[in-house]
Amino acid sequence: MADDALFEFLHMEIVALVYKEQATREDIDKERVTCVSTLDAMGFRVGQGMIERFTKDCPTFKDDLDLMKFLCKDFWSTIFKKQIDNLRTNHQGTYVLQDNKFALLTQFSSGKQYLEEAPKYLAFSCGLIRGALSNLGLESVVTAEVSLMPSCKFMPNLKSLIN
Amino acid sequence: AEICITSMDNYPLYIRSIPTQGELKFHYTVHTSLDVVEEKISGVGKALADQRELYLGLLYPTEDYKVYGYVTNSKVKFVIVVDSSNTSLRDNEIRSMFRKLHNSFTDVMCNPFYNPGDPIQSKAFDSIVSTMMVQAC
Repeated sequence: MADDALFEFLHMEIVALVYKEQATREDIDKERVTCVSTLDAMGFRVGQGMIERFTKDCPTFKDDLDLMKFLCKDFWSTIFKKQIDNLRTNHQGTYVLQDNKFALLTQFSSGKQYLEEAPKYLAFSCGLIRGALSNLGLESVVTAEVSLMPSCKFMPNLKSLIN
Repeated sequence: AEICITSMDNYPLYIRSIPTQGELKFHYTVHTSLDVVEEKISGVGKALADQRELYLGLLYPTEDYKVYGYVTNSKVKFVIVVDSSNTSLRDNEIRSMFRKLHNSFTDVMCNPFYNPGDPIQSKAFDSIVSTMMVQAC
């Protein structure tokens, strides 16, 4: 029952710790970039391990779209207990995953308050998606964008390694 | 007999042979069978849409050996080479061997001290593979 809260709290503490460790540096911009990459790298490694575990029993994926659908349904619901609400693509490697009630942002606000702080809390999840895709054979760059909490969008930009 | 695990880019993550004398022959067989594995994977999209299993089955029989393949969704390939004289090993048993390998591999993957792409050095993994090989030969 308390499972969801456990990860949310852990995640908040991870972000706080990473930022606190960088706070002693003088250059503010560099600090933000380093923190985001640290969190992204953590998410990456976790994503790799998780995808290995989750795809253990599934048949092979037919194509990239099939893969993204798996990510949106099974992968997301196992980790965040809900599916991605909206998946859009331009069929040329760019996808938009929209989550209207992102689990890690629900506690912040339900509007525009604290919007500047939101990106820090999305870095780990961007890494998670990137790690999952990388282990499935797709190199990608994942960015995230928040305009109105707790809804947010993740945008993986794929560059397929196979084919 | 030999068990080999190769990564997405076809370099070996783990190789284990019993007995260790004729190793080179086993390595060569595995190397050539990788081509067959690639062929099977790339054929999946075009040919049979329902043939999406992870187990690839008997890749090709040579005079002395039988080679079996299995590929995970993360494009990691498992290859098992056994003596043809060992006719007691049925398809089901090979399938269960691959399942066990996949399960142990997943555990190695989730180990935070393991970097994906490095050779596998986990002792737990080693012991599982040894027990499996002893049962098979």
